Formats: sequence, C-alpha cells, structure tokens
Amino acid sequence: MALLEVIGLRTEIRLKRSVVHALDGIDLSVDAGETLGIVGESGCGKTMTAMSIMQLLPNGGNVVGGEIRLDGRDLLSLSAQEMDSVRGNDIGMIFQDPTTSLNPTMTIGRQISESVRIHRGASKKEAHERAVEALSLVGMPSPAQRALVYPHELSGGMRQRAMIAMALANEPKLLIADEPTTALDVTIQKQILELIDNLKQQLGMAVILVTHDLGVIAGRADKIAVMYAGKVVETTSTRALFANPRHPYTEALFQSLPERSAESGDRLYSIPGLPPDLTKPPTGCRFAARCRYAVDDCRTNEPPLAGTDEQHRFACFLPVGAPVYRTEAEPVAAPTADAVVTERIRESRDRTQAETLLRIEGLVKDYPVTAGLVLRRKVGAVSAVADVSLSVHQGETVGLVGESGCGKTTVGKLIVGLEKPTGGSLLFQGRDLAQAPRTERRRLRRDVQLMFQDSYAAMNPRMLVRSVMREPLDIHRVDSPAERDRRIREIFDLVGLPLSALERYPHEFSGGQRQRVGLARALALRPKLIVADEPVSALDVSIQSQVLNLMRDLQSELGLSYLFISHDLSVIRYLSDRIGVMYLGKLVEIGPAESVYSNPVHHYTRGLLDTIPVADPAVEAAKSSQGIAGELPSAIDPPSGCRFRTRCPAAQEICAQVEPKLTAYGPDNHLAACHLPLRPAAAASEEVQPALV
Amino acid sequence: MTLAPETTAEPPVAPPGSEPDEAPRSMLRRGWEVFAENKLALAAVAILALIIGFCFIGPLFYHSDTSVVNLSAVTQSPGTGHPLGTDNDGIDELGKLMVGGQTSLEIGLAAGSIAAIAGALYGAVAGFVGGWIDALMMRVIDSMMSFPLIFLLIYLSSVYGKSKGMLILEVGLTSWFGITRLVRGEALAIKVRDYVDASRMMGSGGTRIIFKHILPNTIGTTIVNTTFSIADAVFALSTLSYIGLGLQAPNNDLGGMLDVGTNYASQGYWWMIYPPAVVIILIILSFNVIGDALRDAFESRLQKR
Repeated sequence: MALLEVIGLRTEIRLKRSVVHALDGIDLSVDAGETLGIVGESGCGKTMTAMSIMQLLPNGGNVVGGEIRLDGRDLLSLSAQEMDSVRGNDIGMIFQDPTTSLNPTMTIGRQISESVRIHRGASKKEAHERAVEALSLVGMPSPAQRALVYPHELSGGMRQRAMIAMALANEPKLLIADEPTTALDVTIQKQILELIDNLKQQLGMAVILVTHDLGVIAGRADKIAVMYAGKVVETTSTRALFANPRHPYTEALFQSLPERSAESGDRLYSIPGLPPDLTKPPTGCRFAARCRYAVDDCRTNEPPLAGTDEQHRFACFLPVGAPVYRTEAEPVAAPTADAVVTERIRESRDRTQAETLLRIEGLVKDYPVTAGLVLRRKVGAVSAVADVSLSVHQGETVGLVGESGCGKTTVGKLIVGLEKPTGGSLLFQGRDLAQAPRTERRRLRRDVQLMFQDSYAAMNPRMLVRSVMREPLDIHRVDSPAERDRRIREIFDLVGLPLSALERYPHEFSGGQRQRVGLARALALRPKLIVADEPVSALDVSIQSQVLNLMRDLQSELGLSYLFISHDLSVIRYLSDRIGVMYLGKLVEIGPAESVYSNPVHHYTRGLLDTIPVADPAVEAAKSSQGIAGELPSAIDPPSGCRFRTRCPAAQEICAQVEPKLTAYGPDNHLAACHLPLRPAAAASEEVQPALV
Repeated sequence: MTLAPETTAEPPVAPPGSEPDEAPRSMLRRGWEVFAENKLALAAVAILALIIGFCFIGPLFYHSDTSVVNLSAVTQSPGTGHPLGTDNDGIDELGKLMVGGQTSLEIGLAAGSIAAIAGALYGAVAGFVGGWIDALMMRVIDSMMSFPLIFLLIYLSSVYGKSKGMLILEVGLTSWFGITRLVRGEALAIKVRDYVDASRMMGSGGTRIIFKHILPNTIGTTIVNTTFSIADAVFALSTLSYIGLGLQAPNNDLGGMLDVGTNYASQGYWWMIYPPAVVIILIILSFNVIGDALRDAFESRLQKR
C-alpha cells in the first residue's frame, strides 16, 4: 500500500455569497522514496490539494468528502490536536516564499528546534543540536554559526535551505513542497531541487512537488498528476506523460511551451479562454469549453478518470496520442530542423544589417551606498551595470538574459529613461539622448517604450482602461482628443482586445489580457523600440504563448524592435534574433540566438543552459553538469578581473587579475568575454570594436 | 492585421463563468455593498440625516428666531409653546437648537473639507518630492503637533476674529496634520509603484503624477479621515464656543449653548444642557461610525469577494 493515499478528496471554500468547489474528487497516491509532481495552471487546485492534506485550509475552507490516508491512518478522522502531531512530524512542508514563512524575530536555529521540542519533547539543548544537524543536512555552510542568525541575514537560497531543514528536522515520512523554487533564481533553483532529490533518497521520504513549471516537474518527478479546475485530468509516470500525453489539456500545455517551437520558430499553441469559475463548475468535462476536440458529449457527460492500464489514467472521451505507449522513442522530426536553424540565422543576419536603432556604448550605472541619516556620506557603490555595449537594429529582437541582480532590468530602465546612467552613452537613431536638447529628447523618448513585467501593477487601479490608454497620448498632446480615441480603438483592434474593455478597470482583466493592455499602451505612441521586461514571466504557459505570439505578430506587422529581458532562456530563444547574457553588471556573451544557445562560449552561459529546467525528461536526465555552484556575489564589491570567476568551474589565476574583453567567436558576431573559453576564438581574434556589437 | 484563430476564438474580455454574471460592478458600488452590511453605519447615516433635516428643514416649520430677547420668559421649563423650554434670554431652546446645529454642521463640514484638501495636497507633495524638502515639510507638521491644538485655536480666534468665516478657516487650518501624515505615508508607497514609473516613462511631470496617480489612490484614506476631521471640527468648535471664544451672540452654535447651559447647572435647568450635548454627541459619533465603515468599504474593495 502506498504511503499516502488520497481518495475522492473534495474541498470547498465558503465565501460570503458563494461556495468555491475547489477540489472535486481528487485521487492520488505516493510511495515512500517517490516524487509525485502536481502540475497545472494557477487556480486549478494544486496548492489546495497540498493544503487539504496538511489541513491548513484558508478561512472558510473545509474538506467535505473523501479520505486522506497516511500509512493507513485516515487523517480526516483525527482531532485537531492529533493533527497537530502529524503536521511537522509525519508531514513536512516547504512553502513558496521563505521570506514570509520564517519568523523574522527568531533565529534560524530556534525556529527549527521549536518543532523538534514540540514533537519530540526534546530539551532545549538536544533540540538545538538537532537543528544544527538538520542545517548541515541541507548543505548550509557552517551550520553551527548559521543556527544563530536571523532570517534577514541569509540569502534567499539559504533561507529556503533553512525552511527545508525545518521541514525535515523531525524526519517526516512525507514532504510537501509547494512551488519551492518559484521565488528563487534559476541557479539556486537547481541547487534546491537537487537537494530535495538527494534528501528524498537519503531519508526514504515521499515527496509531493507542486509546481506550475513543466521543466521542473520533468526533471524531478517520478509520476505526475495534471490538474485542471479542481480535478486530476491525467496521471501517469513522467516519461509516459511527456512522451505520450493523452488528455487534450496536457497536450495543449506542452504545445504552448516555447522550447517546443524554438527551433522552427512556429507559432505557439495557446489555450483559448480561461479556467471555469469553480463556484459554478460546468457540467460535463470541465475542459470542454477550451478544448479543440470537444464534441457535444463532452459538454453533457463527465468523463471518468480511467485509462488503458493502471499506470496511465486520464479523464477524456476523445483521448489524443497513441493508445499504447511505445518505449522506444519516436523519431523526432529532426531533418528539417537544421535547415530551419540556418534559415533563422540568415534572417537574423539580415536584420543585423538593417539600420541601427539603438546603440549603447560603455553604459555604466552605479547606485551609491550611503551611511548616516543626516549627512548621507557615500561609503561605496553598487555596480549594477558595468560597461555594457550593445545595439538593437530595426525590426530585430535582442534578448537579454541572466539571473536576477545581473543588471538586465537596470539596462532596460536606463534605455527608457527611468534611471540616469553614471557613464557611457545611449544613442537612439544616432542621436545621443543625454546630449539632445530637452524637447528633442522628449520626442526621441516617445519612440522607446517599456512593457512591464506586471501590467496590473503598472496601471493605476483607479483609472478606466480608456484613461490608462489615453495617458501617453494626453501627456504628449498627440493630435486632437477625438483622434486619440480613434487611435486607441485602432490599437485595441490590433492587439485583439474588444472595445468594451475600454470601459473596465484593470483589475477586471485576466493576466494575459492585462498584458495585452500593457502592450497596447506601449504601442499607443507608435514607438520603434519596445523594451519588454519579463513580460510573460508572471503568466501561465498557455497564456504566455498568446502574448508571445502577439508580440511576434506585431513585430512583423509594425516593424517593431524589441529588447526582450527575461531570466527564461527558452522564451528568449524563441523570440530573439540575438541573445546577450549578463552576469553581475557585465555583458559576458552576445551573439545570434541559435549560436549562443547551441554553441555557447562562456562558462556562465553553459551553466545557465544546464541549470534551466527543460520540459523534457530525456533532456533533463541527460544533464550531467551540476549547473552553477554558489550564489551571486555582492555587486557592492564585485570580484576583480572576470566577475564570474568565483563561481566558474574553469577559473584560473589570470581570471582574477585581468578583466577579459569581448572577443569574436565565429563569423556571426558571436562575442564572449572569457580567458578560458569553451571553444577557441575566431581566427582573427582581435578586440572587437563597439560598433560591431 | 489578421488575427490568429486562437485570439479571435477568445471570448470578449472574459468568458462566462470567470466573472460574476452581473454587469461589472464599479468600485464605488462594491464599496457601498460592504458599507451597507455595517448596520451601525446605516443607523449613523440615518441619525445624521435626521439631524440635518432637523437643523435645516426644521426652521421652516418652527419659530427659530434667536435674535429677539424676551425677558418676560427667561429660563422657562419645557411646556406648551416651548417644548424644550427657554434660555436665559427667553429664546426658545428648540428653535435655538436648530439654528445652533446648523452653524455647527456648516462650520464642521467646511472646516473638515478644508482640512482634508490641505492635508492631502501637502502630504502628497511632501511624499512625492521626498528628500530634504519632505523632511522639512514634515518637521513643520511635527512642530505644529507638538503642542495642544486648543492653544493654537484660542490664539487664532483671539487674534483673527470669531466670525463664521474666520472660524471655518481657523478650525480647518489646525486640523489637517493627521491627514497629511497619513497621505504622505501613502504617497511614499505609491510613488515607487510601477504605474508611476510607467507614467514617468511616458514623460509626465510631477504635477500630473500627484493629481492623476497619487491623490486618486489616497482617496480612501482622505475620505475616511475627512469624516473624522468633520467630527473633530464640530468638537473643536464646541470647545472654543464653550470657553467663550467661538461665535458671539446672537449667532449660536451647539458648544455656545452648552456654555450658557452649564452656567445654570446648579439651578437644575437641564433643558439648557442635555439637548445641545446630545446633539453634539450624536453628530460626532455618527461621523466617526461612518468614517469607520467607509474605511472598511475602501479596504475590502481591494480584497476578493
């Protein structure tokens, strides 16, 4: 019998005037030493499942039916007190954001030992020893000292380690990890996921990994439950699911992933509409309204979770894919891929030869660090952007990728004028923005617009979308008011938004539509360049693909250029002609997208590629590299020479002494700054003129 | 542009079921729903409406001339012709209560509004500009708040006069410090929001940001505290009048009536004390309760239903 068995679990949340049927008949089972991945779009009930097992439901939440058996014991029949002894003892949980889950007024050690004392009745001293032990288990350097520090003294990754230590202190049988790495950087994400994997094997725990990230789940889960609208729609082993999805929802999720179309550059599939409102769940299959294969039967009858065999079960009348999963992999449609890649590179080269729209030369941004309340004397500087040069051509998309804190967002802010550079120059259409007179600068700025990561936060919540859209036009007094309204209607048409949306408030939109409005506003002034700062990272994959498709369409329609900033390499690769990789304020590598992706030169780029989870179990399993070790050093006092040397696997003495210059590797302006590159430099390896970058 | 099939297939704005079936409710509407759930607040609104009706419509049906002294009928206890008796000048108490209540409400509302406008503007500017200007502006507020406001009021009314207009200004200009602090705090939080960045990036200047983005988003705080400051203004005016520095006869307000009444407390002329006292309490209490309910309404607007 499985360690945890969930049978027909139903959970409801009572609101003031309605009841949300959050979970409706969930069946799950996890064995010891096994990882079950729960995946789905936001709002599909993933977290609610985890919370129901823990019985930590939000106000008004109640488990109204089903069974949750841990080791044969029905958790739902336990009293509140008995449940207290299960939580934190038999079941450990890791939450998404370690910053808010740790008590800022208690030391790490005390917080961990607290649960040991509660559950094991250990003395203070024993509990503290156990806490230090748990910290060393999760790979916290010098655990005895770290046990005495407060949460704010630790980095995000270390905090999450402390959270894991807390969850593991009592050696639980089951560990529930709810989006454990969503708040962390990719390099740290890899370290934490690896840690959870190792601990699972070491302690023989069962793990439930809740995530929206198909890449994370592909590499870490043994089996997967795909959830949609409070139901499990498909469940099977990881390999079988990725190789042969049977439910149209699973298939659609996979098809909306940008990495699936990165090489071909095809349009992404996106799931139309939104998940149903769970206060009034639809009859029949809940996915029917968004399903491209749905027939009348789907809308009236509900398909049961069944399947060809015990291993692979799905709830669909008209399953997609092959009825029997063949173990030997199907031949991938590779032959055309190469041709497509060269085609894309050629196209990119054409764009690179187009007119240069924006050129950045030696851009520097330091933020002063001050001390003292009154005099605020300068004691140092955060080097956010250090000597970055790059250019964006007409109609081209340049992707900028790197961990958070690498300065990519600051570059974006400098370009749109939200920050003033400390040094270097910004040339737009050949005109230096800093030198241009005020009125001309204003005019030039109109041609560069920013698309925000969170369009909702970037819209005044008290303004109607009409006013939001009017604002840039009003500020620049473009044409007559009637003409402005006409232009807004035209743009809404262009981005595929109904005109009725103008009379609504930003909060009435779904995430994807807000991002559409955000893009529409950025387009209002008819800019030539749009700086898009993580425009899809807050969106679900199915919605993300809509926005990416739209951005592509608009580019070919209007001849826009994009500077696309993201931490997500697969999104960057899908959209970009060229990719620039930033590390700690420096541009370490830049070149044609395919070349950087498949043939990187810099060790950091290689590490990033290995670190970023890919939604393909085969690729994930093939990854041998440990990714990037350690954490981003402080930008206040960046490492000498090559800034990456502290985390570089190949670092030697020269890296600390001499700062590497951008050098050409290959014919396509593929440049990298490394003393010990992964492949030899191009024959004429001269220092590159900024004009070439 | 030809739209891709999946984008055209997308239902307008939101598919049925993802939002309530009713038409999109405006913020005010949803705020009102929360407000209406607070029965105490509804009672306060009703009481306030009654008092306003009593003070402003009452005089149309009842003799409320407070300028004619009738020495033959001083300090009469309630009886026929004078339901609430008469005062020391022989003026009908009920009529005087209507007129006095009018004055108190007028001055309170006007002074409270001045306080709200001045406070919100000052706070928004200080918070938005920041730096040493903000520090200086807030130290001015701190020093104003560091001694009892009643002294300031006494000084102002003795020096600049006790007419209705001057009293409105005096009370208004001494009661905006609290609002300023709150609005400044919010402005500090709002000015780092993305939508302010977005507006700056589009090229808007400080004035536009303050009026279009900062002030509208502090409206909740401002409205709530305006109701409190109206209550405070009624209170301050009553205090001033009680110590004889408010409106001068024949003008009257509730505080002044209370002052006169307490002079006769030892004789047991209760009808000169309780009616104005009760009306003052009801007005202040109502505004405070309404303010509380408004705060809830504005806060839960941001929460999910």
